[in-house]
Amino acid sequence: MKITTSRSQMPTEVLKDASMVKQKEMMAKHYDRLANAEANGDKVASTFVPGNLNELIMCFDLVNNLPEVNAIQSGLRRQSGAYVMEAEKAGHSEDVCTYVKSDIGMMAKGNIGPNGKKLPSPDVLLLSYTGCFTFMKWFELLREQYECETIFLQTPYMADGKVTENMIQYMVKQLKEDVIPKLEKVSGVKFDIDRLREHLAKSAKAEDDLVYILQSAKNKPSPIDAYFGGIYYIGPIFGAFRGTDDAIDYYRFLREEVDQRIAAGLGPVTPDGPMSEEKYRLIVEGPPNYTNFRQFWKMFYEEGAVVVASSYTKVGGTYDFGFRHDPSRPLETLAEYCLGVYTNRSLPMRVEMLTNYMNEYQADGLLINSIKSCNSFSAGQLLIMREVEKRTGKPAAFIETDLVDPRYFSAANVKNRLESYFQMVEQKRSGASKGVAA
Amino acid sequence: MKTFVGIDLGSTTTKAVLLDENEQVLGRGITNSRSNYDTACRVANQEAAIDARFSLFRREFGIEEGGDAKVEEFLAALERAFRLEQFLEQLGDLEETCVEQVTGARFEKLGNGVKKALAEVFTRLRAEAPAMFAPDAVRKSDFFRDIAGSRYLAVAEEVARDAGIPYDLLLNVYDKSIIAVENRPPSGRLSDKFKAALGRVASEGVGVASELQGRVDRALDIGLEETYLVGTGYGRVTLPFSKEHIRSEILCHGLGAHMMYPKTRTVLDIGGQDTKGIQVDPRGIVENFQMNDRCAAGCGRYLGYIADEMNMGLHELGPLAMKSAKPARINSTCTVFAGAELRDRLALGEAREDILAGLHRAIILRAMSILSRSGGVEDEFTFTGGVAKNEAAVRELKKLVNENYGEVTINIDPDSIYTGALGGAEFARRAAEGRIEGVET
Repeated sequence: MKITTSRSQMPTEVLKDASMVKQKEMMAKHYDRLANAEANGDKVASTFVPGNLNELIMCFDLVNNLPEVNAIQSGLRRQSGAYVMEAEKAGHSEDVCTYVKSDIGMMAKGNIGPNGKKLPSPDVLLLSYTGCFTFMKWFELLREQYECETIFLQTPYMADGKVTENMIQYMVKQLKEDVIPKLEKVSGVKFDIDRLREHLAKSAKAEDDLVYILQSAKNKPSPIDAYFGGIYYIGPIFGAFRGTDDAIDYYRFLREEVDQRIAAGLGPVTPDGPMSEEKYRLIVEGPPNYTNFRQFWKMFYEEGAVVVASSYTKVGGTYDFGFRHDPSRPLETLAEYCLGVYTNRSLPMRVEMLTNYMNEYQADGLLINSIKSCNSFSAGQLLIMREVEKRTGKPAAFIETDLVDPRYFSAANVKNRLESYFQMVEQKRSGASKGVAA
Repeated sequence: MKTFVGIDLGSTTTKAVLLDENEQVLGRGITNSRSNYDTACRVANQEAAIDARFSLFRREFGIEEGGDAKVEEFLAALERAFRLEQFLEQLGDLEETCVEQVTGARFEKLGNGVKKALAEVFTRLRAEAPAMFAPDAVRKSDFFRDIAGSRYLAVAEEVARDAGIPYDLLLNVYDKSIIAVENRPPSGRLSDKFKAALGRVASEGVGVASELQGRVDRALDIGLEETYLVGTGYGRVTLPFSKEHIRSEILCHGLGAHMMYPKTRTVLDIGGQDTKGIQVDPRGIVENFQMNDRCAAGCGRYLGYIADEMNMGLHELGPLAMKSAKPARINSTCTVFAGAELRDRLALGEAREDILAGLHRAIILRAMSILSRSGGVEDEFTFTGGVAKNEAAVRELKKLVNENYGEVTINIDPDSIYTGALGGAEFARRAAEGRIEGVET
């Protein structure tokens, strides 16, 4: 299916899967809902992707607004550069997370969303996760601006690699005594646990299909790109659609599309059409760059590199490890969900996860995209790289970009490193197949 | 004979290496990249072909470099004569091009005067040329633009004054012409120029010329077939070659360093705009690498800016820094702030050599950080790139490597600037044999 874009920087025709078109429509619908919130008398909760309690938010008829996703949209639409500069003008240092600066800058410039309409002011800020401490500072800034209710659900960091009953009860207590009463107060809606169970049951259904889709990359060739394509796939479930019928429909639809590609032995669909030969299977750690997203993706697919698994598509939940939202334990399941997100996992857990991906997805190597302005992801990445290299014997490489600050994307530099890496993988592979590997 | 070419297109210079079938270097060539990669490739390639002829002469004479003093004297004379021939040819091209510029309203009145002046300028330039290529002459650069440019400007000023025409008219035609001339590699046949050079050497009476002539002729008759070419370097995407002729510069540097020093396990390359730390296995295959991100802080360009700022030549920085006993502590290697940092320090009364020594140390500190991220320094350690020629940088590197990694053999080849091109040429040789890239079988 061909879609004509209106963006002047791009070629006129961009190829998209039918599922991508559907996804875009869903996102557009949600942004309209946000834009019309005030007119419709809807109240708005702002929250973050890791630890996003969408099912709970919906129980109070609140509309879910995700500042990270707004920053991503600004990045994709090439607005974020100006927003970042605006925030810097306001005194935010060059080293601050560029999601934060994009958001702050966007507010300063009228808070216009990706659909060209003004985003609503939140009625409540719900911080449900602390693995990234920047989130806390971010909401502190927003609270200054909006002077609204702030809820802070503290999620213990999984430092010892496991979730204990104590951790869960600690969170359930907060939910009962603090989070839910405050949400009732802000929204004026009484909490109904059966309503929550209903949403949770719907979440689990979509989650099953999401996992099926992400794991379809174990096929050779992989029918999906689990990083660049994966970002489209996680949009609805990491955002405002988890626990809705829309999400169930979308993931069912996507699953069928993927099944068709598997049956036909086809690779992923890229903006330039179906990918031809699958030459390199990669695991990627770290978020992507959004300001040059297509250019960045192209550097992979034009060399025949497909990403078969990524950690980034687990920041909003690690469903492939078996977790599902469980309607029979509604509050406990919300706690477990927050605890399990990728960014709440300790360094050894991340190493193990990536090592397992390398083996399970029969990958040729690990690539780390280190984000200049993200301390939360970057800390320990070199150690992760060395350790995964050691455990798998497969080559790893390191590239550096940023989330939404276009100044930190150097196409020639990234391309240089990627091509070197692909040729290095090729050399190693041909060496190994000849039985002369060191 | 079959030859294999590797071309390394750098941000500052373009290098070419010619290998023979036995993996021996036949020739090396270098030129400035001049923002015209196409020409830079052709010129570097041609320079390597010229150098290759001298290797063939030596082989014909059955000597290694530095063997027979008489023959070496002859070959040196031949090379100077050849360079002179080539210089004269390009000078002729420059004159023709300059004369073509003397047209239009601007020259309506003075056209003839300018043409006469140009003829005089070039006559003088041609007359002084042999002295520039005399045995003891020191040339600041081997690039035509640099040699011809500085002399043209000086001679034209005199001529303009004597003829009573505005100097800026002569400058103007030169400015319009030099880029075009620079972008045209010397066009004459190499063997003709060699013959002319031989004649010149004979007429100068270098004793052995006539007896060696026959052998030179034989070496000149050997055809050099460009069997396979591999391009690499930062500009490689724009190289005028197809994809299968392009290899990553990181892989080329790894392999090139391995060829120069087979025990190499770690390579540091500091070029114009990159610093790369590369780990290679015993076969020269890259295992890991790290390089600077888009910021070129602490790379060769940084020294370039510092040299400009101090009004010095790039090659003068190292020797001055070596005089320092008390290097300044400098933490910023930001190229953009280099000038400001320098002026700050000078304003504070710090000595030039101390500041320079501090700057060199800062560059190497940054390289050490890239090295450690790539996996550290393992024995043996090979340092390549333009900055490897700088003695002050080398001194700091040796010190810091020793402090951090203990006793490590550090290799620096005088031809290290050709490392990437050498690796490329070997990739070309392997590709021509139909071997999978980079793997010894």
